[in-house]
Amino acid sequence: MVDLVNVLEWVFALLQMALFVVAAPLFTAWIKRVKCWLQNRRSPPLSQPYRDLRRLFSKQVLLAHTASPLFRTAPYLVFGTTVIAAAVVPLIALELPTARIADAIVLVGLFGLGRFFLALAGLDVGTTFGGMGASREMTVGALAEPAMLMVIFALAMGAASTNLSTVIHSMLAQGLALRPSLLFAFLALLLVGIAETGRVPVDNPATHLELTMIHEAMILEYTGRQLALMEWAAQLKLMIYGVLVCNLFFPWGIAQTLDPASLLIAGGLLSVKLIILGAVLAVAEGLVAKMRFFKVPVFLAVAFTLALVGMLSFVMLESAS
Amino acid sequence: MADTEIQSFVNACATANIPVGEPDSYVLPPAVVIPVSAPFWQRAARVAQGCGLRWCSFWASPVDESYELFCVLEKSGDYLVLRTRTGKEEPLPSQAPIYPAADRLERHAHDLLGIEFVDAPDSRRWTRHQAWKEHEFPLRPDFIESLSQRGKTAADADYPFVRARGRGVVEIPVGPVHAGTIEPGHFRFQAVGETVLNLEERLGYVHKGIEKLAVGREPDSLVRLAGRVSGDSTVSHSWAACQALERATAFEVPPRALCLRAIMAERERVANHLGDIGAICNDVGFAFGQYQLTRLKETFVRTSHTIFGHRFMMDRVVPGGVSCDIDSAQITSMVQEAKGLTREAAEIVSMLEHSESLEDRLMTTGRLTPEQADQLGVVGYVGRASGRGVDVRHDRPYAPYDRLKFAVPVYRAGDVAARAKIRADEIGTSLDLLCQLLQSVPEGPVKESFPDVKIACEGLGIVEGWRGEILTYVQLDKDGTVTRFFPRDPSWLLWPALELLVQDNIVPDFPVCNKSVNASYSGHDL
Repeated sequence: MVDLVNVLEWVFALLQMALFVVAAPLFTAWIKRVKCWLQNRRSPPLSQPYRDLRRLFSKQVLLAHTASPLFRTAPYLVFGTTVIAAAVVPLIALELPTARIADAIVLVGLFGLGRFFLALAGLDVGTTFGGMGASREMTVGALAEPAMLMVIFALAMGAASTNLSTVIHSMLAQGLALRPSLLFAFLALLLVGIAETGRVPVDNPATHLELTMIHEAMILEYTGRQLALMEWAAQLKLMIYGVLVCNLFFPWGIAQTLDPASLLIAGGLLSVKLIILGAVLAVAEGLVAKMRFFKVPVFLAVAFTLALVGMLSFVMLESAS
Repeated sequence: MADTEIQSFVNACATANIPVGEPDSYVLPPAVVIPVSAPFWQRAARVAQGCGLRWCSFWASPVDESYELFCVLEKSGDYLVLRTRTGKEEPLPSQAPIYPAADRLERHAHDLLGIEFVDAPDSRRWTRHQAWKEHEFPLRPDFIESLSQRGKTAADADYPFVRARGRGVVEIPVGPVHAGTIEPGHFRFQAVGETVLNLEERLGYVHKGIEKLAVGREPDSLVRLAGRVSGDSTVSHSWAACQALERATAFEVPPRALCLRAIMAERERVANHLGDIGAICNDVGFAFGQYQLTRLKETFVRTSHTIFGHRFMMDRVVPGGVSCDIDSAQITSMVQEAKGLTREAAEIVSMLEHSESLEDRLMTTGRLTPEQADQLGVVGYVGRASGRGVDVRHDRPYAPYDRLKFAVPVYRAGDVAARAKIRADEIGTSLDLLCQLLQSVPEGPVKESFPDVKIACEGLGIVEGWRGEILTYVQLDKDGTVTRFFPRDPSWLLWPALELLVQDNIVPDFPVCNKSVNASYSGHDL
């Protein structure tokens, strides 16, 4: 009997991961839709990213003659690490076997691994733009990762754990309370998320100007299913950050048991949260121009400082109580 | 007789012991032609520089076994043409050491006609890629070319780019094929990290042989060709060509036609400026500005299509007048549109001006100092953003601008923000000009038949296109066919400015710098 429950839990964990992967393009499409509305344009249907992926998967792969095996394997590695990262993040339920590995430092490590291969792939073919993109991506990464870790530490101090499930549990247990450390960590995570997922004002996912690109420059040489995997991984990463923001700071509604009713409620509530978050992101992106590249370190330094202040304010104001 | 600036130039030449001929103001009005002997070509330029004359253009025309060479200079609206003759193998002292802007036009003249220059700072080929060989010169009358016999042109290779060496210096080749729907051109950057040390342009990928194609055409067909020198300036280029033809034959254009030409030219200016400001926004990831301004441009060019039958009003300016007419209902609707657009554009521009992130991106980016602008003789909005208020409509007004009142905005900051601001100001000015023009459209015919030419003649058209001063030279033989056509698009003077203004900027800011200059590839490559 115990075994059966265990098996069911694993099955559900896999289903949740699959849901994560499948829903990711929808989140991107939603942000795009809101942006279109804000620009007085008609938006493509929400199914557009799926159609694009299908189209890319059915296309022939063209390889540069200088491409090494690394270039060919990188999309699978990047996609793979991102999918595992998605498995680590609680989506709609907490009590899953994956909770044991749901460690935030593991998450940062997985993103780092994906970034490593992405940058190598950008360099591999030896084109100008790939190299520039890789160099810029590493610059952003080197500053974003410490900031991300600080956010996690700020949260971990409250829960006395870096495990995402435990952090969410402790958030739920404390109930709705405005704590300065959380506010600072929340703002910091937003900034890190914007930088890490290549959104305006750090990077512009919609640009065609090679000289200004970061993420797009690295994947310029990819075609067919390899490009599809790279695109999908990027969409998934955006979704992961979205879910992190929603579930770490507004976890109310997440399923603590695996009965259908609470799962449905959790799914519904998470969708609402993501819809709101996506709209906020789209509005924010519409209001600002992309910043100059050399301002990105300042942007990420602000994120780092916010997280640090969050941690300090926990030590000073909250730990005593 | 001669204008003051020209008289002082003649006096200065006398002081410097440079023999110049008698100034002639009848051959190429409104310019005054001064013959100079070839050995004094460079020294005359030095004197001109001393007099503060602006260098505008240079071209050569093959005459029998020799060349006739022209150099146009200007100061406060007084145009001066230096003219000389050289034999086929006789080299000419280059003016490029004095006026850097002369460099590419001289190299262009060498590639197409084989004129040799001494003392030239740069003797590399320019317009010639691989389509013809080193010792072939397409513009010489004896050059007979059939593309079908040649087959496919080889890719351009072995162009000796400037090299930069050193620790951490990287070369970034960009183009000629770009990701956006823009024209082809190659940019070679030398950068350290993200900072641009040097940029070198390699153009000529859209060389269409305009000058060769013009030879042997009738006036009508020449103007159609002129309308295709650069598609976005089709009205101004056709107007400049018509003006050259009409001045050559002392033809009086009906006032209604002149008014309609100006209406179309101002519409062209407004449409392009709207699109450009939007594109500048897009290049810094500010999608709001781009979509709003693109929308305004699109509705505006659609009106042009409804009223003039073509979105860009191509082939509407013809020798002798214009090929279309407007009625009072259309006048009213255009005035309405101009008034509405003034309001809407001002609203959007003020939103852009109040966006801090946009300001942060555009201010101090791609700065062309007034000194650099003077040195390069930059015209148009690029010059006006760097303290040079050159505007033919104002300095040497041609009809109907001589009866209109308008201000020429000038800034000195010279950065991308200033170039965007100039455009925004000019949209307002042009819309106001449009209203003035529309409210006083003269009655009468829109076209009178262009006379048959009986004697060899030549003419100079000078028009303020939306990019800046367009200078077009046309020479007809006694049968009325074209023997030489040279449209000097402002892009010839804008491209070198881009090389300078992008230095010390970061690589990701190049697209917005380039867009803020927006020189034409086609107009330059000819």
